[in-house]
Amino acid sequence: MNAVFALSVPLILLCAGGWAMHRGVDLAGALTAGAGDGLRVLARILPTLVMLLTGIHMLRASGALDLATRLLAPWLGRAGIPAACAPLVLLRPFSGSGALAMGAELMRTYGADSPVGRTAAVMLGSSETTFYAVGVYFGAAGVVRGRYTLVAALLADIAGFLAAAWSARWLFPA
Amino acid sequence: MVLSWVWICMVGVSVLCALLTGRTEALSRGVVEGASAAVELCVAMGGVLCLWSGVMEVMRRSGLARALARALRRPLERLFRAARGDREAMEALSANLSANLLGLGNAATPPGLAAARRLRALSGGTGAASDALCMLVVLNAASLQLVPVTVAGVRAAAGAAAPFDILPAVWISSAASVAVGILSARLLARVWPV
Repeated sequence: MNAVFALSVPLILLCAGGWAMHRGVDLAGALTAGAGDGLRVLARILPTLVMLLTGIHMLRASGALDLATRLLAPWLGRAGIPAACAPLVLLRPFSGSGALAMGAELMRTYGADSPVGRTAAVMLGSSETTFYAVGVYFGAAGVVRGRYTLVAALLADIAGFLAAAWSARWLFPA
Repeated sequence: MVLSWVWICMVGVSVLCALLTGRTEALSRGVVEGASAAVELCVAMGGVLCLWSGVMEVMRRSGLARALARALRRPLERLFRAARGDREAMEALSANLSANLLGLGNAATPPGLAAARRLRALSGGTGAASDALCMLVVLNAASLQLVPVTVAGVRAAAGAAAPFDILPAVWISSAASVAVGILSARLLARVWPV
């Protein structure tokens, strides 16, 4: 089972490349163009990450992060979410890059393959910046009354966070 | 704007907390460390992020996005009953969702916004969002991305043994989130007047 999983990423590369060649797509051209896009994404988020990781390191150094974690621990613990993920949960709907910086910090501090690191990664991977999406879409369509949209979107976020904590624990028992 | 407030709150709370607990020296060290950590993170995750963005582009050019959009047509007509017969809306909707599934953020937004405008026009163009438009925004505020490339990059940077082994957990969580989003939108639509 593990050997199959270890091969899955190389196999995706092989299948995607083979299919592209079969369809007559310029494989190297597409691969490098996409990698260039990735580089542009990096260049776009680096300045924001400098700003936000500075803020997060300050929060940690000042002891504020520990304090917030300790205050929220009993509430989150009851829902099965690791207390260290509390700041990530609070930040996620408002700021995508802020949540990314927070998640990266959690993975670095606790270890990428620790329960906290895994939960943080799954949370990041299964949610979007809710307030941003609602603002952009309603702004573009000229909608003033969004009715229940934000309520439904935030309920979806909460469900995603809970499922992230549970599935990380269930699929990767410590 | 949001970012400005997030940042100033972080800095304000840190300074206050450091003064109260006497950790002012640690705080200054934290400033320097945080700024370097951002650059280190970007360098460490850059390889994985660029490679997978490349693979996604290969898949898009091989026609995967279009095939996915075609496959999505049927389920989307059930989800957006108000737009069922409208070719323009359905095309924009399926292009938006297929790009979202593949994680092509830049390709997802233009058809998404086009779909939003069309859905608003179909509902008579009032300032209140129709049920179909609410559904579109709820879907776009949830994550549909099948392969979260950036997160895998961060995991690789943090020394994960297998950066992509979280995928099944991500799919379960995304599915739970989208299901709850659709369900609550459907239920709230009945009780929340236009």
